[in-house]
Amino acid sequence: MSDAFEPIIIGFTCNWCSYRAADLAGTARVKYPANIRLIRLMCSGRIDPTFVLKAFASGADGVLITGCHPGECHYIEQNYKALRRYLLLKRSLTQLGIEAGRVKLVWASAAEGVRLADEITKMVEQVKTLGPLNWPKWEGFFDDEIHSLVEIPEEVSA
Amino acid sequence: MTNFTTSNGNKERIGVYVCHCGSNIAGTVNVEEVAAWVRTELEGLGVLISRDYKFMCSSLGQELIQNDIKELGLTRIVVGACSPHLHEQTFRTACRRAELNPYLCELVSIREQISWVHTDKDQATEKSKAVIAGGVYRVVHHQPLEPLHVPIHPATLVVGGGIAGIQAALELADAGYPVYIVEREPSIGGHMAQFDKTFPTLDCAACILTPKMVSVGSHPNITLLTWSEVRQVEGYVGNFTVTIQKKARYVNDEFCTGCAICQEKCPKKVIDEIYEAGLGYRKAIYTPFPQAVPKYPVIDRQNCIYFQKGTCKACEKFCPTNAIDFTQEDELVTVNVGNIILATGYDLFDARRVSQYGYGRLANVFTSLEFERLSNAAGPTNGDIVLRDGVTVPKTVGIVHCVGSRDRNFNNYCSVICCMQGLKFAHIVHERTGATVYNFYIDMRTAYKAYDEFYQRVLEEGTLFVRGKVAEITDAARLPGEEGKLIIQVEDTLAGKQRRIPVDMVILSSGLEPRSDAKDLAKLFGISCSADGWLIEKHPKLDPVATMTEGIFIAGSVQGPKDIPTSVAQGAAAAARVLGRIQQGEIAIEPILASVDAEKCSGCRICNGLCPYNAIVFHDDRNVTEINPALCQGCGTCIAACPAGAISGTGFSDTQILAQIDGLLLLNAE
Repeated sequence: MSDAFEPIIIGFTCNWCSYRAADLAGTARVKYPANIRLIRLMCSGRIDPTFVLKAFASGADGVLITGCHPGECHYIEQNYKALRRYLLLKRSLTQLGIEAGRVKLVWASAAEGVRLADEITKMVEQVKTLGPLNWPKWEGFFDDEIHSLVEIPEEVSA
Repeated sequence: MTNFTTSNGNKERIGVYVCHCGSNIAGTVNVEEVAAWVRTELEGLGVLISRDYKFMCSSLGQELIQNDIKELGLTRIVVGACSPHLHEQTFRTACRRAELNPYLCELVSIREQISWVHTDKDQATEKSKAVIAGGVYRVVHHQPLEPLHVPIHPATLVVGGGIAGIQAALELADAGYPVYIVEREPSIGGHMAQFDKTFPTLDCAACILTPKMVSVGSHPNITLLTWSEVRQVEGYVGNFTVTIQKKARYVNDEFCTGCAICQEKCPKKVIDEIYEAGLGYRKAIYTPFPQAVPKYPVIDRQNCIYFQKGTCKACEKFCPTNAIDFTQEDELVTVNVGNIILATGYDLFDARRVSQYGYGRLANVFTSLEFERLSNAAGPTNGDIVLRDGVTVPKTVGIVHCVGSRDRNFNNYCSVICCMQGLKFAHIVHERTGATVYNFYIDMRTAYKAYDEFYQRVLEEGTLFVRGKVAEITDAARLPGEEGKLIIQVEDTLAGKQRRIPVDMVILSSGLEPRSDAKDLAKLFGISCSADGWLIEKHPKLDPVATMTEGIFIAGSVQGPKDIPTSVAQGAAAAARVLGRIQQGEIAIEPILASVDAEKCSGCRICNGLCPYNAIVFHDDRNVTEINPALCQGCGTCIAACPAGAISGTGFSDTQILAQIDGLLLLNAE
């Protein structure tokens, strides 16, 4: 890879709409940057904010959350729950000092391969302008201290 | 953070297989490099072997995996190939053949998501490594799973008694299984019963429909619940409990012979907005049409003089069998069924919404359904095609296509049937009145067996075709010869000029829309509908009559605009799917489910309101939440919501996903 900053973006997709949109983008040979790495979940409602934090903590520069359009969720209405969590999460992330542009929610139906590819391209450009995230690494930073804090005395746990 | 060993402490023995897919993958991804990298870099996780192969999905490719499982004692498989939606089942089956639990195999897509969408070979190769690493990290945490088996109740509920529902019900009943049909109107038959002729063969609609309706009415395996609506659906595939409201008919069907004397004697005439499309009358006690099935009438309470004023009872006085019963009340019936077929059809687009076409304002603008009744021999004019005054035969008729369809102001979609319907009307007008007929169309869509031949026939009959969207229909005459006429203002796009065409009658070939309550229906049955309101099929090409909810099927225009042949085909297709289920006796469902660890559950109930399938139940006595595995569809929303981490999900657990993130970012970790 060249010296120019190439961000890594983790994309969460749902099994029924946005992952199929990604499949369709492939079948139609629509091109988009290789900076995105997709994770397939059953539903955008499955996305635990922890996943997003974990992605950032493990070295991702951006996170793209995708799901079915409102009203088209294959689990009826779970994408609305994803939306609610996303709004709260975005707020928390900005309070932690992560730029709002590093996380984005996009609706993409199974027929919208081109749209998904466009959104990925836009997201990559956006994160490129923000630069690397450079969060402190997870290991060591966290483990020892936290474990000592949450250690439960044996007599209590028994 | 990531645990390289499994919960039981043993290191897994992992095999990784990278597919070339001919040049589909290998053209953009350096497959050999990826396989070699996995072998050296992921050895610590337990990767014993990493191979690349031309076509992993071929029988030789599958045998390669099977042999490795047996010879090397592999416990986990990762295949880097195409999308799991294509070949996940293939590789899972290969694992099962080698006696490895199929759910210990993970298929990661390096084709649809990498080689087909990226151009830079280095970047695509790096991404493939990352994606396969994600799969390897993830597969370590997979659990062996077994599909769940649920018994199937042999009865089926068909909602909607139009041609699609009738076909589905007859197929099932003829195969020997019980069927319940629920129909909102007093008779089955649906829209087809209103039509005069059917395109392209011009069969009389009633002649081909009523024999089927009679078969439904007399079939020993069919229970017909007309004048009824579904109120509640509980349960899951194989075992639904459905509550149906049977509205009071005020006619005792045990005594009624269908002689229709009551309808003759009833003094109250009501405009029939549904069956006669507002062109004719019915009585307050009525069957929608003479061949109605069942033959028993209903009393329309809102219009019955007895119910409104407390006196009359003419029907009761004249009924020869004392079948009239004013004391009847609505009742709730509960039925148990294994599968449900929804065939509730469509609503006609309300042409009043296109105000420039003047429907409702200009007397001689008719909708397609009005014209169907007008031309029907059993309709209000006995089939005479006349203007709204009831006597004048039109000399020129304009038929406007795409009313409310292919129009950004209303519906973007094509309503499929309107072109052929417009041609059918042109033929009928021409045949019965000899009038000059104009068709105004955007594009002529006659793509089906014998449809285009019908178009040619109508062309040869001398019908005039103007290609262009009608701008306005007005009675404001401006030029000589326009007085007293309806003037159609249209841009003739083939001649490249504006035209004003005076006609006596306009027929609007209105489009089809989802039922106004389609979204309530979707909610009631727990399935999804598009933003328009059409119900969504499981797969638009390969699974057109199934839905995402197991055990619920759709047929006919509830899924999108359809003509009669396609609706019938879908009715039969849905029945075939249901029959397959019934004959198996039980169904295997994907074991992707959420479950609650009662030890960890704090009873906070945060998850309780999140499930759209009511799979989450709270036990007050033990103060814990439990998930009913038969109702759970595996979306995982509750798992993400649980603050105590007490809910876990098979197939997509927190550990699996967090590990996958680690794997995906492995290359960037340093």
